[in-house]
Amino acid sequence: MFYRTAGQFKTSYEADHALFPVRQDAYLLAFILLLAFVVFPLTASEFAFRALLIPVLIYSLAALGLNILTGYAGQLSLGTGAFMGVGAYACYKLLTVFPEMNIVIAIAMSGFFSAAVGVLFGLPSLRIKGFYLAIATLAAQFFLVWLFQKWAWLYNYNASGAIQVPNIEMFGITVAGPRAEAITQYYFVLCFVCAMTFFAINITRGRIGRMWKAVRDMDIAAELVGINLMRAKLTAFFVSSYIVGVSGALFVFLWRGAAEANLFDIPLSFRVLFIAIIGGLGSILGNYLGAILIVALPVIIGSVPEAFGIPIGSATVEHLNVMLVGALIITFLIVEPHGLARFWAMIREKLILWPFPH
Amino acid sequence: MDTLKGIFVDPFADMIAAPDFLLQVLWEGLVGGVLYALIALGFVLIFKSSRIFNFAQGIMVVFAALTLVGLHEKGVPALLALPLTLGVMFMLAVAIERAVLRPLVNQPDIILFMATIGITLFLIGLGEIIFGGENKVMITEQLGIPTGSFTLEPFGGFVSIEQKDLTAVIGAVLLVGVLLLFLNKSKIGRAIRALGDDHQAALSVGISLSTIWVIVWFIAGVIALATGIVWGARAGVSFALEVIAYKALPVLMLGGLESVMGAIIGGLAIGILEKLFEIYWGQPLLGGNTEMWFAYVLALIVLLFRPQGLFGERIIERV
Repeated sequence: MFYRTAGQFKTSYEADHALFPVRQDAYLLAFILLLAFVVFPLTASEFAFRALLIPVLIYSLAALGLNILTGYAGQLSLGTGAFMGVGAYACYKLLTVFPEMNIVIAIAMSGFFSAAVGVLFGLPSLRIKGFYLAIATLAAQFFLVWLFQKWAWLYNYNASGAIQVPNIEMFGITVAGPRAEAITQYYFVLCFVCAMTFFAINITRGRIGRMWKAVRDMDIAAELVGINLMRAKLTAFFVSSYIVGVSGALFVFLWRGAAEANLFDIPLSFRVLFIAIIGGLGSILGNYLGAILIVALPVIIGSVPEAFGIPIGSATVEHLNVMLVGALIITFLIVEPHGLARFWAMIREKLILWPFPH
Repeated sequence: MDTLKGIFVDPFADMIAAPDFLLQVLWEGLVGGVLYALIALGFVLIFKSSRIFNFAQGIMVVFAALTLVGLHEKGVPALLALPLTLGVMFMLAVAIERAVLRPLVNQPDIILFMATIGITLFLIGLGEIIFGGENKVMITEQLGIPTGSFTLEPFGGFVSIEQKDLTAVIGAVLLVGVLLLFLNKSKIGRAIRALGDDHQAALSVGISLSTIWVIVWFIAGVIALATGIVWGARAGVSFALEVIAYKALPVLMLGGLESVMGAIIGGLAIGILEKLFEIYWGQPLLGGNTEMWFAYVLALIVLLFRPQGLFGERIIERV
């Protein structure tokens, strides 16, 4: 009823290939953007910005990067956290070496550093496949985190070994650092995430995206029909690591405010991988749904016992949280291995037909 | 020039100058390698029989060791706690098969891999709630494992060998021997290998998939318990033990995912080489702590030449 497609005729191939073949999808997106740009900033509290909205956006961006590599190009990676770290450290070095540089440019450029590192660690993918490759990406994970700890130049020889975000202004408004307001940071991240998503949607719809999908589905067959495997895999690593690196820079500069090397260790990689898998591999929307679930879950679990008046210590809540996330992952995989995005696709199908059964 | 000398000359000069220290390093590496080999063996058994890349093997080690120590803390005598822990590991194998593997039969590999990460998280949470997160001491003496150390005196120097390390090596060798005998001679062992060769052919001659899976996961649990006791005796029992799972992964890459032999040889090789590299190259030249990544980089380099690992089955691809 709400999703009636009757009467929407396509008279050209362009219309058939359009971003929103069904008009209601565009309305829905406009509604979500309205929520994100107007309603949330007007209503959200400081806590909601810092604990929910900003992390959801940043994690979904990281998952988007991983999803391009794993979901679209079929190369399983367990090193996402380290690539986020490369972006964050690159951004820190850029902003401390060139203090007058605009932060937008610094973040956009820091992505190129992690993209270069990503391509370097992606080279083995030309020879190694499947789980062997997954373990090989762990080499990047452990080596890079070790490098963040040992290479003091990266954190400007701080005694603490951590990177601290200074106060950074843009057009007279503080956007990063201890003095920045949550709402400015939210808008900053939101604009970045929207731009990246737009870019990702279009690249996965186009020639490069089709090339990736062919490689994912069967790389030998793809090679036989004339796809350059090396180019396909390395562009996937490049684009994926670029997005992941940008999300890493945002992660530290617009959310955490400070970071040690340990922050980018393997739990972060797994967290992003969970988001991508629970959301749905090979879908853009899924990353957002997955991130909302994974970020909101601890907050919900923390507040439920309080609401019922059951006293539970914060340590127990955390353990319970870990346990529940584990159980949820298994449940989700059993119920719908294709993730939350597939759920939405099914609901949409139903809505188009509703109230008729066929 | 100095760097080159530091890489190519000095380490070997040090080795020749102090052969007893070299022997000590080799021994330490060997003990570490035995443990990596044990964990890798758990991975290989499960991968061979079900094509599941079991990420939870590391946490199973922690969980088994915690159960053993936890039971003992509750007042159960050590020799009774051991079979009880084995019982718990069996229940765990049954539960995993029922709740996770059976509903996920025939799903893509990555989904099953994710499910084992889910199991890992679940067990971490459960273990911390039941046993608490603090570091515990392994009940070495109560289990009858000798402690203390003795020294050998080769080349006029001395090498100190801890008795529990020696016990660990002997125990591991016995365990692997029994396991190989079981896999190669017993009926169940043949069934496991048959499943590893071809699922459908094995099913068609009447091998029960779910029974074998429970058995395989239980064996992995037993190996986990053995690893947990040995490693716990060296470093204490805590969730930090989980990181040894990450140390076993490059062993798998090096040895090949399907090869029992590969797991053993790969484990020993990585244990010894990473220790040598850390002592003679890592600490003087790179600031130490290279054990974090050395095994991975080594495995990666080997894999570039042999994409299926040293002993893995040749990857044959058809379109």
